[in-house]
Amino acid sequence: MNDIGLALRQALSMLVTLDPSLVGVVLLSLQVSLGAVLIAAIAGAPLGAVLAICHFPGRRPLVVIFNALMGLPPVMVGLFVYVLLSRAGPLGPLGLLFTPRAMVIAQALLVWPIVVALSRQAVEDLWIEYAEALRSLGARWWHAVPTLLWDARHALITVLLAGFGRAIAEVGAVMIVGGNIDGVTRVMTTSIALETSKGNLAFAMALGFVLLALVVLLNALAFTIRQRTMPHGT
Amino acid sequence: MERDVSLPAASHRPAPEAAQAAAPLSPPPALVLERLGYARAGQVIIDDVSVVLNGTARTLILGPNGAGKSVLMRLCHGLLVPTSGSLRWEPARPVRQAMVFQRPVVLRRSVLANVTYALHLAGVPRRRRRAQAFDALERVGLAGLASRAADLLSGGERQRLALARAWALAPEVLFLDEPTANLDPASTAAVERIAMAIHAAGTRIVMSTHNLGQARRLAGDIVFIDQGRVIEHVPAPRFFAAPGSMNARRYLEAELP
Ligand SMILES: Nc1ncnc2c1ncn2[C@@H]1O[C@H](COP(=O)(O)OP(=O)(O)O)[C@@H](O)[C@H]1O
Ligand SMILES: [Mg+2]
Repeated sequence: MNDIGLALRQALSMLVTLDPSLVGVVLLSLQVSLGAVLIAAIAGAPLGAVLAICHFPGRRPLVVIFNALMGLPPVMVGLFVYVLLSRAGPLGPLGLLFTPRAMVIAQALLVWPIVVALSRQAVEDLWIEYAEALRSLGARWWHAVPTLLWDARHALITVLLAGFGRAIAEVGAVMIVGGNIDGVTRVMTTSIALETSKGNLAFAMALGFVLLALVVLLNALAFTIRQRTMPHGT
Repeated sequence: MERDVSLPAASHRPAPEAAQAAAPLSPPPALVLERLGYARAGQVIIDDVSVVLNGTARTLILGPNGAGKSVLMRLCHGLLVPTSGSLRWEPARPVRQAMVFQRPVVLRRSVLANVTYALHLAGVPRRRRRAQAFDALERVGLAGLASRAADLLSGGERQRLALARAWALAPEVLFLDEPTANLDPASTAAVERIAMAIHAAGTRIVMSTHNLGQARRLAGDIVFIDQGRVIEHVPAPRFFAAPGSMNARRYLEAELP
């Protein structure tokens, strides 16, 4: 009990004094996860919109697959990217394994199906309302996709927040492809795992607080956006 | 409550240059429906409709709820593909047309952007879009709300925006599907004035309604439709004085005072 109290006090003092190793880990976490969400957004939102409005053969199976991939276990993604990037793998020559870039790739893959599936849902809802009017104005699908993405922007922001929440909180993928190298590829979640197992509760707790605060902040933000964009009138 | 709008009668108002350039020059093309039919899931919704819409009078498609007015207009506008019969324009060429729906659809962007978006899709060069859009908004009395988010507009304002968006395209033919069905009297009057102004500027107007008063106020000719069939297509005065069919007589008699 005393140990925990002591660790807690140490954790708080690390937070207050902005302990450099703590800050470094937090910044790298943010960098990796934001990069991953950015890539997933660019590669995922337009695809989600196309899945929402274009009816081509194979669309339904794709929708089902992306929905299923939302629950992809991070360790599986880590393993997959590890195999791709390992020295013997197809992308081995790039030498990305155990770098922050590998972590970005892994998290982007993890978040991508979430962005695709949730933005498809958001765009589909809007498309039900817009379809006739846009077709009447002569819009083809390549006009409708950017239009719907822009007009669903508030919903898409909450989608990206959900993706970021998933990325920042996962351990498995970054652990495998990053290797948890001190000062190079250590992010919040992998540090917490390591420091806890080493008995360095103070550092783990300090990071835990930051992570918790971030997740709470994200959810508050998403909640606010949803509140603000309740449909007005008919 | 709706803010009333007083619209200058279009015929008295000199059209600004931008609108003039895009305004329809020739008489609007005629729409010829030949044995037009539309069925869905085995249910016949539009049944063997043969009608010619020519001349310059405003056409009102009149009929009870569920008669098939909306489906017929969607077929005419090209949003639905007929399952039998045919539909053509005379002269046969691409026709600039627009449609306003019973539930106005507004994009989640500014009022002005709603109109410039339509102009963009219509291929109007960027530098002319803003002026043309403003002009259209002015004609429906929404210029003052140009920078407002369109999804914050009232029902009546939304419908006027939909009309401005359609009008900005200077359509040769405009389909209005029960545009006042959800509006209060003041907004209804505004929409009717705008429809008349668009008509006065040379556009063929095809409008549906289940409201007899509205048909009396606006119709040049009446297409009376019931259960997917066109029962009669006659000049409005004749329709109201002496309806030629039992269905129409019954419909007229059922009118509430
Ligand atoms: N998409 C659709 N699928 C099946 N039935 C439809 C569809 N749209 C309309 N209908 C049916 O067609 C008939 C005519 O509908 P509609 O044209 O909307 O009538 P109105 O506009 O005259 O009130 C109604 O019986 C309606 O239930
Ligand atoms: Mg209808």
